[in-house]
Amino acid sequence: MGAADTSITAMGVVASLLQVAAIVIGGPLLLGLMAKVRARVEGRVGAPIHQPLLDLRKQMRKERIHAEHSSAVLIVVPFVFVSTAAVAGAIAPLVTTRPALATSADILVIVYLLLAGSVALALAGLDAGTAFGGMGSSRAMTIGALAEPALLLAVVAMSIQSGTSNVPAIVADTLNHPGWSASPQRLLSLGALIIVVVAETGRIPVDNPSTHLELTMIHEAMTLEYAGPELGLVSLGESMRLGLLLALTVNLFIPWGVAEQTGGLAIPLGLAVLIAKVAMLGVLISLFEVRSAKLRLFQVPELLAGAFVLAMLAIVAGLVTT
Amino acid sequence: MIGYAAALRLASGIVLLAAVAMLWRRDLRAAVPVLAVQGVALGVVAGTLALHQHDVGLGVTAFLVLIVKGFVVPLLVWRVVRRDPKIRETAPLVNVTASLVAAAVLIVLSFVVSAKITALSPSVATRLVPLGVATILVGYFLLVSRRRAVSQIVGLLLIDNGIALVTFLVTSGVPLIVELGSALDVLLVVVVLQVLVVNLRSRLGTFDLDQLKELHD
Repeated sequence: MGAADTSITAMGVVASLLQVAAIVIGGPLLLGLMAKVRARVEGRVGAPIHQPLLDLRKQMRKERIHAEHSSAVLIVVPFVFVSTAAVAGAIAPLVTTRPALATSADILVIVYLLLAGSVALALAGLDAGTAFGGMGSSRAMTIGALAEPALLLAVVAMSIQSGTSNVPAIVADTLNHPGWSASPQRLLSLGALIIVVVAETGRIPVDNPSTHLELTMIHEAMTLEYAGPELGLVSLGESMRLGLLLALTVNLFIPWGVAEQTGGLAIPLGLAVLIAKVAMLGVLISLFEVRSAKLRLFQVPELLAGAFVLAMLAIVAGLVTT
Repeated sequence: MIGYAAALRLASGIVLLAAVAMLWRRDLRAAVPVLAVQGVALGVVAGTLALHQHDVGLGVTAFLVLIVKGFVVPLLVWRVVRRDPKIRETAPLVNVTASLVAAAVLIVLSFVVSAKITALSPSVATRLVPLGVATILVGYFLLVSRRRAVSQIVGLLLIDNGIALVTFLVTSGVPLIVELGSALDVLLVVVVLQVLVVNLRSRLGTFDLDQLKELHD
């Protein structure tokens, strides 16, 4: 197992920095790509793929304005939101299975880093004391609480197979056992994981990122009080999380191309393959989004309970075969 | 035999997955393709066992199961669903979220219960018995928690498929005549339920079995 060695190598640090850079730049580009695919399928031309980056630049240049009666929470949260995503991106096996601190990249660490970001954003939604913010926070936390058991069970199913909960080690093991990717427990936990990722990133069956309709919005409601650079940071954090979760999902199930060494051409190659894989998954998701409608809020628990049962079945399949 | 274990596991897993999918979807039309998939998976289980043991009788049974449970029964159910004006399970006694969680509990329960059966002779096939038991339990759950006549038919078919799966896995197939008997039995039940449903509709204009509360001449 590649992750067994605890030393922090210079190349590992370089790889980690590259991963963070990849999700900081790649996340917004992924959003742009998904919007572009959607527009093309709907018969529109659509904004250029780098539009989210242009939006970010515009927002960063604006002056900072804070809501009246808001506390320091509103100012701190965007930084917490972005930095948790960046740390998770640095230790997760995205480009290589041997980033710096790979031994700490337990699945629980990554899940709870992202969860810390979600909780911070929910606090920011409550901070200004507006009705919509509190409503959005309450909805986001409800969905988060329902998605988490499914996520953890899906991951446990994969840990049973490789005997460790260290994510780089799971990815490395999957590279060494190509048959694992097609095994029933992997496919079931892939189904559960995709539902959870869609719920966590607020994409279409659960939340619609492109509208601000008061009755249904979840994610947008929490960020209503933000403007200027802080809004830019929050939306950067959102796109980083989307990029990170999609990259992690794709690497857990189709790991080929991830660099097992940190030398030579392996890392540039790993980066290129990662971009291709995530772009393909992004295109697939946005094609699905065009064809489907947002679920009623009260039906979201049904979807997530389904993910929970899928993850449960994945564990059962794991127990049956071992 | 290459892929014997993998094929058996995959097919048995699909049987249980189909059972859970029945609980998940409210749309009664979705039950038809799911039933067909389950029937075909059951046929594949029997066929894999027959190939593995070079058993001609079991091979014939597998073919019959494939035809009856994979095509004939779903077709009959489709004929019932087609006439139903309301295509959704409108008010189940247990809501979908709770019934999915209940299904998870039932799956764990079936593991605990069938551990003893597996322990009698551990093999690739008997290890999969929990999946069959879980299918039976999910079928019973569907039967008691749903109101529409179509859901009741589906629940019954799930129980039958679960029993068939356990039978194949534990005994590697009962004699052909027994299998034939039970297959015809189920077919007959579906036809009877179909007649019941059609009568129910012409008398009451609904498929909701809860409407049958008092006796008429």
